[in-house]
Amino acid sequence: MRYGDGPEALSGLDFTLAPGSFHFVTGPSGAGKTSLLKLVALAARPSTGRVELFGHDVVRMRAESRPALRRRIGVVFQDLLLLDHLSSFDNAALPLRISGRRPSEYRNDVAELLNWVGLGARMESMPETLAGGEKQRLAIARAVVNRPEILLADEPTANVDHEMALRIFRLFVELNRLGATVIIATHDQDLVARSARPVLHLEGGRLTARAAYDAEPA
Amino acid sequence: MSAFDPARWRPAPLLPEADTRDGALLFVVAVLCFLACLTAIGVIASDRAARGWIGQLGGAATIIVRPSPGETPDAAAARAAEALAGVPGVAEARALEPKQAFDLIRPWLSDIDDLEDLPVPRLVTVTLDPKAPADASRLSAALKAQDIDGSVDDHSLWIKGVRRSASLARGLGAGVFLLIAGAAASVVAFATRAGLAARHDVVEVLHLSGATDSFIAELFQARFARMAAVGGLAGAGAAILVGAGLRIAGGPQGVTPALPVAWSDLLAVVPCPLAAALVAAVAARLTAGGLIRALE
Repeated sequence: MRYGDGPEALSGLDFTLAPGSFHFVTGPSGAGKTSLLKLVALAARPSTGRVELFGHDVVRMRAESRPALRRRIGVVFQDLLLLDHLSSFDNAALPLRISGRRPSEYRNDVAELLNWVGLGARMESMPETLAGGEKQRLAIARAVVNRPEILLADEPTANVDHEMALRIFRLFVELNRLGATVIIATHDQDLVARSARPVLHLEGGRLTARAAYDAEPA
Repeated sequence: MSAFDPARWRPAPLLPEADTRDGALLFVVAVLCFLACLTAIGVIASDRAARGWIGQLGGAATIIVRPSPGETPDAAAARAAEALAGVPGVAEARALEPKQAFDLIRPWLSDIDDLEDLPVPRLVTVTLDPKAPADASRLSAALKAQDIDGSVDDHSLWIKGVRRSASLARGLGAGVFLLIAGAAASVVAFATRAGLAARHDVVEVLHLSGATDSFIAELFQARFARMAAVGGLAGAGAAILVGAGLRIAGGPQGVTPALPVAWSDLLAVVPCPLAAALVAAVAARLTAGGLIRALE
């Protein structure tokens, strides 16, 4: 995979993740962690090769079919991508709205989720008024509100304190227990070590190590 | 501050309500619609004038009668009028009084004292039956049958000229109208591109959250269609004011004979807001669709 005419951001990757698994993606800056998540999030296409999701070859599938697959994937972007003209509640409800459901079907669920991530008092607040950690939690709420089958998070604990990082991690574990495949790109080696989850380690755009943990997470 | 009640929540618009460019775009669309409406009113009024002239010219013919040897011009004209009155397709044939014939040529000869002494040919005006008008050959045959030397002018030369002018006016009007519509579409397409660029974050989040291209394109389509409809209303309203002013100032005859504006002509602007919204919607849809597809 490459951006424009630039060098290859990822190359030689060949791996399969089991449905319902939980993986960390680690590596130094520029290793290709975000690019890998973009491939899985259908936010980018590989220049060569094959990416299969939910049994579909997403590289060769028709463009019209890709949005339906995207709705099965929740993403916490590194730069969060919150919409600044929408309230926290509207931001969190966005995936449900896109899926065509009526507000009466999901507004209580959205409120419950925002309460759960600690934003119960900030539902009407605009993103620019939220603290860094609150924005992070709002982005996470938006990513999980649709009960995605794959949850991708790019440095989800980068802007939060240790306690909130653990809380967010527990949320991902809970979603994983409910059946979601979780992939988290992170620099947080402490979190990776304590969680005891399989790791995909990238360097220079290549998968250099794949460590499996048999132990149950702490 | 009251607690947030999810039951009372209503989804907010996915595109920001206001944009600093909106005012300028609204003004441009309003001006374009104003010009388009004025063009439409002008074409309709001038077309009516042309039809009226064609009707007047086609409903009559003029016969120039030359007297036979030993016959006075007046007697020849009277005989011609009598011969033509019985021709099928002729409603009325009337010999012009000599004074009327002299009055017709007086503007070209100025006031000369002995005008009545000139050998001016006598004229017979023929009013044709509007349902089945007699043509020039039938009138000539009737004259010939009575051994009357006369030339028939059925005004066909003038009618051709007026028809050609009317067609030209209609064509020019349609051309100007299409140019204006094209300019409006280009402006909206440009604004859509600018809007998409300015709200790239919205487009990207919607795209990555699984929104279809048409879902995103419809947001921009609806926004620009609404704006164009408002601009169209303003432009049409201004055009109605100008049209009404022309009608009041000129009366039924118009401020000039070529522009007899009728009150009913002002109805031509009614579809303008709808047409503007349609053009804007199509332009925005196509532009947004193309740009969103490029994200893939």
